[in-house]
This record gives sequence, C-alpha cells and structure tokens, in this order.
Amino acid sequence: MILLINICKEKLHYYEFVRPIEDVLKMNKIDFFTLNYNEILQGDLDKAEKIIICGTSLKDNGFIENIDNFRWIRDFSKPILGICGGMQIIGLIFSGKIKKKTEVGFFIEKFSNFLGLNGEKEVYHLHNNYISLPENFEQFSSSDISQAIKHKTKDIYGVLFHPEVRQKDLIIRFCELI
Amino acid sequence: MKVAVLFSGGKDSVYSAYLAKNVGHEISCLISIYSLNKESFMFHTPAIEITKRQAELMEIPFIIQKTKGEKEKELLDLEKAIKKAIVDFDIAGIVTGAIESVYQSSRIQKICQKLKIECFNPLWQKNQIELIEEIIKNKFEVIISGVFAYPFDKEWIGRKIDQKFLEEIIILNNKFKINPAGEGGEFESLVIDCPLFKKELNIELKTVSGEGNSWRAEFE
Repeated sequence: MILLINICKEKLHYYEFVRPIEDVLKMNKIDFFTLNYNEILQGDLDKAEKIIICGTSLKDNGFIENIDNFRWIRDFSKPILGICGGMQIIGLIFSGKIKKKTEVGFFIEKFSNFLGLNGEKEVYHLHNNYISLPENFEQFSSSDISQAIKHKTKDIYGVLFHPEVRQKDLIIRFCELI
Repeated sequence: MKVAVLFSGGKDSVYSAYLAKNVGHEISCLISIYSLNKESFMFHTPAIEITKRQAELMEIPFIIQKTKGEKEKELLDLEKAIKKAIVDFDIAGIVTGAIESVYQSSRIQKICQKLKIECFNPLWQKNQIELIEEIIKNKFEVIISGVFAYPFDKEWIGRKIDQKFLEEIIILNNKFKINPAGEGGEFESLVIDCPLFKKELNIELKTVSGEGNSWRAEFE
C-alpha cells in the first residue's frame, strides 16, 4: 500500500498535483491511500509500504513553514519519493538549503540510471525553488541544479520535475521497487 | 479565495469553474479572450455573444479582451485582462480548463507568477474519458459546436455529449486516436446547462459552415 502525501495549502490544487498521481496508480492497479501532511499518524506510516510526497503550486510554500511535520522522514526506513515540493521537503530534512530558481514548462535534462531514466529526457518543471544537494545524497542528473537525487544508503528519492506530466513510468518503477 | 475563470463557454472551462466553486472559491469574474486569429494556439475563441449570455446565466461579471492573436503578443492581452480582474474584482487566483497543453498552461503560470496570484488547473492531466463521464454525471448539458478533424463531419454539430457520444468517442479514440475530450483541438463544445446556470441557455442552431472534416456552428 502506497501512501500519497498531499502538501497543497489550497484544496483545489489537489486536482492538479495529487489526483494525476492517484490516476497513474489506479491505471496500474497499485493500492494507495492519500493523506494531507498535517493529518499523518504513526499508524499511517506503519501501514505504508512506500510513500510519495506530491508537489504543489508555484506560490505555495506552506510546507516549508511546517517542515517540523516531516521530521519522521529521518527515521523512516521504507522507500520515499519526493516530487518537486516533496523533494524540497526531503532535502530540508537532510540539511539541504532552499535556493531560488524559477523554471516553468518543458526542459531537456540528462539522467544517469535513475529509476529507469537514462540519457536526455523531456521533463516538466514548475518550481520557484530547488534544494541544494543534501548530506548523504547523490545526484543522478547532469545539470547544475539537482534534478534527481537518492540517499546513499536509504531508498529515499527526490525529483525536481513533475513525473506525472511526461515521465509517468518513473512513478510506476518507484512503486515496483523491491 | 476570489478567483477569475478563463472562460470559453466550453465544457472544460465551465467544469473547472464548477470544481472551483465546489471547494469553496468565490468566482468573482469570468475572462474571455476574443482572438481575431482563429488558428491561435493559446485561445479557443468562443462565440462572444453566447459566452456573455452564459456569464449572465451564472450571474457572474464578465471581462472580454480582444486580441489580434499574434503569437506571444496575445499573452500581453491576457495579462491585461487578468490585471483588470485583480483591480476590479480583487481576485487572488486564476482557474483554467487546461488538460494537457503545456504550451497554454506554462504561459498562464508565468503570468500568474508575475502578477503574484495563484494559478489553478483542476483538470490537469485528467483522463479524458473520465472527464466526459463526470460531465455527464454532474448534469452538464453540452453540445458539439465545432469539429476540426477526420473522421468528423457536419452531422456531429449540435450533438449532445451523452452516453452515446461517450461510447462513440471511445471507438474513435481507439481507431483514429481522437482525444476523447477533444484536447487536441478535434472538436469544440458549448455548455447549454449545468449546475452553475440559473436556467438553460436558450439558443437555436442558425447555420453550420465549413467543409470536409472541419465544421463550425453559428447560433442565434
């Protein structure tokens, strides 16, 4: 069972940043449950086999103000995938720094063996910020800004782009990790 | 939050408005961009008189902005209209009916970013068959107002989006890769009635003009 974490401050943004990922899971018959980040209990974390932290809108940085709600990530031993804002959350928890850079639309990024992504791929960006490479993380993209990162020893992944737009398979591959 | 909806009068923009209202946003105005360029990548130019009547049926103020429809310049006209909505109606967000088009949505995102307001795309990446199913389920009465791709013909103009339409469009999707919600510009729609309207839009089909697989309705 996958836990999808909704970090959107605005209810209407659920449809834009969470529902598309739910649709990918439904299409592939992957069981999931969705919770807002401020309503997660220990029992939910125990129940989840893997976690996906979804992104949010350009203007929404509410999750940064409430970063303490994500302290559990440090001790969580099962796989996590953070998307855009979700990647920034993971970075903050592992001592990364939020940096400013606005990118909106399609970009070509080069990857090296990251959840099935290899070579140049078209990805969809929608962010005002990114995270500096956190402690104990490795980068799997070649641009100056980390687009795809993984913890050196844990199955904690982060992508700055939105895989639900052009790289849906990446989400499936994460869910199928053993 | 007070929001403005980018409004063409078709199913996607009206259904987005419906979703926005359902989660508690106040739709303070509708914005329609009237492009003189019928080939605009950015805007589906509606029949402006009809859009105005739809806005009246929703009892929501209506901003209309004309544009020559020259690439990128039309974005300045869109920005002008959104600025007007901010000044006149104190809106803090824009709602669009974008489903797949990164071309459209990334440009609108950038304008919202510049004007420091929220951007909402509640149909983003939505499965188009599910979208049609939801529109039918939520009692939207929608007709086809234009067709622009093979194998559509004149007979499709004025057809209702109902269960039968859905069944046929799924076949056309499998056979000819027609996007079930017309997101590739294969067809355009017009909302005649929905839960946001005080009463049904009363129109009559006047003429159908076009040729081959490209036909457009005019109403009165």
